[in-house]
Amino acid sequence: MMIDAASEQVRSCFHCGRDVPPGSDFIAQIDGKPRTMCCPGCQAVAQTIVDSGLDNYYRHRTGSSSAPEMAGRSLPESTLAELALYDQPSIQKDFVHAVDEHRREASLVIEGITCAACAWLLDHHLSRQPGVEQASVNLSSHRMRLCWDDSLTSLGRLLAEIYRIGYQGHPYHPDREEQLLEQEKRRAIRRLGVAGVGLMQVMMYAIALYAGALQGMEERFVTFIRWASLVIATPVALYAARPFYVAALRDLRSRSLSMDVPVSIAILGAFSASVWATVTDSGEVYFDSVTMFTFFLLIGRFLEMQARHRTGRAGNALLNLLPTSALKLADGAELLVPATELTVGDRVLVKPGHTIPADGIIRRGHSSIDESALTGEYLPVRHREGEAVVGGTLNVENPIEIEISRTGGDTQLSAIVRLLDRAQAEKPATAHTADRVASYFVAAVLATAAGVSLIWWQIDPSHAFWVTLSVLVVTCPCALSLATPTALTAATGTLRQNGLLITRGHVLESLAKATHIVFDKTGTLTEGNLSLRDVITLRGSREEALRIAAALEAHSEHPIARAFRPFATEPAEALESHLGQGLEGRIAGRCYRIGKPQFATELCADTAPPPTPDQFGHWLLLCAEDGPIAWLGLDDQLRQDAVDSVRALRALGIEVEMLTGDSSPAARDVAHKLGIERIQAGVTPEQKLAHIRRLQQQGAQLVMVGDGINDIPVLAGAQTSIAMGSATDLAKTCADAVLLTGSLGRLVDAVLLARKCRSVIRENLGWALLYNVLALPLAAAGFIAPYMAAIGMSASSLVVVGNALRLSKLVRRRPHNQPQAQENDQASG
Amino acid sequence: MDILYLLIPIAIIFVACALWAFFWSVNSGQYDDLESPAHSILFDDDEELIPDDAKQAARDAKVKHDSQQDG
Repeated sequence: MMIDAASEQVRSCFHCGRDVPPGSDFIAQIDGKPRTMCCPGCQAVAQTIVDSGLDNYYRHRTGSSSAPEMAGRSLPESTLAELALYDQPSIQKDFVHAVDEHRREASLVIEGITCAACAWLLDHHLSRQPGVEQASVNLSSHRMRLCWDDSLTSLGRLLAEIYRIGYQGHPYHPDREEQLLEQEKRRAIRRLGVAGVGLMQVMMYAIALYAGALQGMEERFVTFIRWASLVIATPVALYAARPFYVAALRDLRSRSLSMDVPVSIAILGAFSASVWATVTDSGEVYFDSVTMFTFFLLIGRFLEMQARHRTGRAGNALLNLLPTSALKLADGAELLVPATELTVGDRVLVKPGHTIPADGIIRRGHSSIDESALTGEYLPVRHREGEAVVGGTLNVENPIEIEISRTGGDTQLSAIVRLLDRAQAEKPATAHTADRVASYFVAAVLATAAGVSLIWWQIDPSHAFWVTLSVLVVTCPCALSLATPTALTAATGTLRQNGLLITRGHVLESLAKATHIVFDKTGTLTEGNLSLRDVITLRGSREEALRIAAALEAHSEHPIARAFRPFATEPAEALESHLGQGLEGRIAGRCYRIGKPQFATELCADTAPPPTPDQFGHWLLLCAEDGPIAWLGLDDQLRQDAVDSVRALRALGIEVEMLTGDSSPAARDVAHKLGIERIQAGVTPEQKLAHIRRLQQQGAQLVMVGDGINDIPVLAGAQTSIAMGSATDLAKTCADAVLLTGSLGRLVDAVLLARKCRSVIRENLGWALLYNVLALPLAAAGFIAPYMAAIGMSASSLVVVGNALRLSKLVRRRPHNQPQAQENDQASG
Repeated sequence: MDILYLLIPIAIIFVACALWAFFWSVNSGQYDDLESPAHSILFDDDEELIPDDAKQAARDAKVKHDSQQDG
């Protein structure tokens, strides 16, 4: 039985869940059983975890771990040296807090946390390191608070420990905005607590009052219980409900009426009327309604705020992109310095595989630079001496010497962030349906109430106040103001469980209205990295060809090499890299070349390169001394469900477009495969932004889906933006929603659910208005007793909440060829 | 029923105390992470606290359970 199980699991790595390449043999003993691993990195991490007695991690985790960036056990010297930089006081001063002479405290951002077991593992592994006093991971913000004794250990060593178990730690500098967010969250929790406790207490007194009203109760007890309710309800109405008043005041100042205005009027009106009734010992009290109403609305706001805070943080994302250290060349010596200390004119050596620390000009050497972080394209661009390079991009092939030309806020990366700020400021405002309804409604209610009090003043001045009040209470917009938030909360929750995290309130509404969906290509419609598509052997076996290719590519940092990682065995000897051409190396005494056909066939002088199999993707030729061996086809593959999703979106009547910085035929090829007719290839971030602006001016309701830094301005400028789960943190922060699973099919589900959500909201609003319209004349005529008003209010709220709960399941997808049926459905909704 | 005059004020004082404790716990950061505590309680990392004889029995039961699952 056990053996069966083991062979079953051969297919995926026990640690990270990726496919295990056939023929590899990485095993770690976990829980007394051999488990297969996909690479030495996973193996080392798993072994470290087991060796430190933390194998419980594997029992408790709920998802696969993220694949480690580098082999865990033996961290490369360069990484250790870089981590040791964090021990320098000049760097530590920004984020390390000295508690006393030796004790230090710091906050770190941890990358690679996938579930609660990760937090547990980090807590325990670090707590066991000598000198660590406290290590606690915050699962929601992925931050770790670390306290250690500087005389026993060092921060660099602790960071290395974090690497060793497969995570990455970066210093966390909270900026002002984040501190405000933190305070906002604490305030919201306090308000929620006050409202909740108040609600429970006041409800108990209210039940006594209701029972007393039916069965009879001595007048002095009624008065006393009313006073007790007043005491408890006061903090709820004056403290917990304050955000509504503040927002309402702001709206009134800007001469617009949002939902906050009727909410404030209802809470304050009912509360002050009840206070009046208590003090003068007359009329009715509504303390229970006040507290319940406040509590429910606060819960909705709180959930919305939590979703908003869940996404990444812009400031730190930028920090992570730039390297923390640089090799400065001074008087012929290499000096490892913090990147922040570089100044214009400094000479810096950038080794292959390292990130360029700031904008500069190449002064010696030439290399390919991976600019995917900026442009989204995964193939490196060649740069020669005298050409400019951009900070934050990755040097791939050869060591280069650059002269720093711009640092800090002047760099191109910062320029993108500025573009982002501008785009965000100019983002088209989305008006909420509920707010529009609210503004008419409030105006109508206020006018009616004023009219009613005026009329009653003529008829019977002693009744005027109470009738006016009952008009205000009956029309209390409970149901109306719950109509939208409950539906949105239910739909948001459903989508979150299914892998789409919505962080801004307007997303569902604009998804329902969407007329255009614009996709980025690389990393959004495609997987975003090269993978092996095809092997055409010219002689010998497929396995043999792959083994040789992998051996040649073993030490390369080039994205092409990554496609061969799964087949890695022993690296070849005497490896030589020819810039932009290919690689050459020796295996078992024989010489091989891989790369461009011309270059590869030079090895066997008398052979002309065979014709390339087709035009799409990248074809590499593998050659031995005695002739070509195989064609290896590489491709950035489409996401699994991309074709289906695009078709389904079009069936829903949405225009699908593609915007990409890639100008190669591959872009057209992808569009063709997906059936997308409207594409813009080879465009810069500015042009992308201009394009969506144009569409929006033509009245398009636009949804932008993207992932890279280059997409950020567009994401920020679009009415609705969705970032892929694998996107950079910066992109996620700017997006209105994040597609956590990377499955594009979720977009279709989201559009369907958003449309259903829209119809539920309309039903809710319709019901709430109907109730109010019916109750208003009765109240105005003085027929409605306050307890009837209270029951009616609660009942209509319940109907609204119940209706919203229908959104807790995804809408079943219909066959694609029935757009007509859907139209009808919407019309009836 | 005159006891209400005593009990209700006491209840209000209790509520005040509870709110004070709640504010204190929020301000001391206990509500900053609303996710991990819910999970961490499920991690049985208290093995050193289990007496040895009980431990062995638990292991056996677990191995049996695992092999049933694998099969």
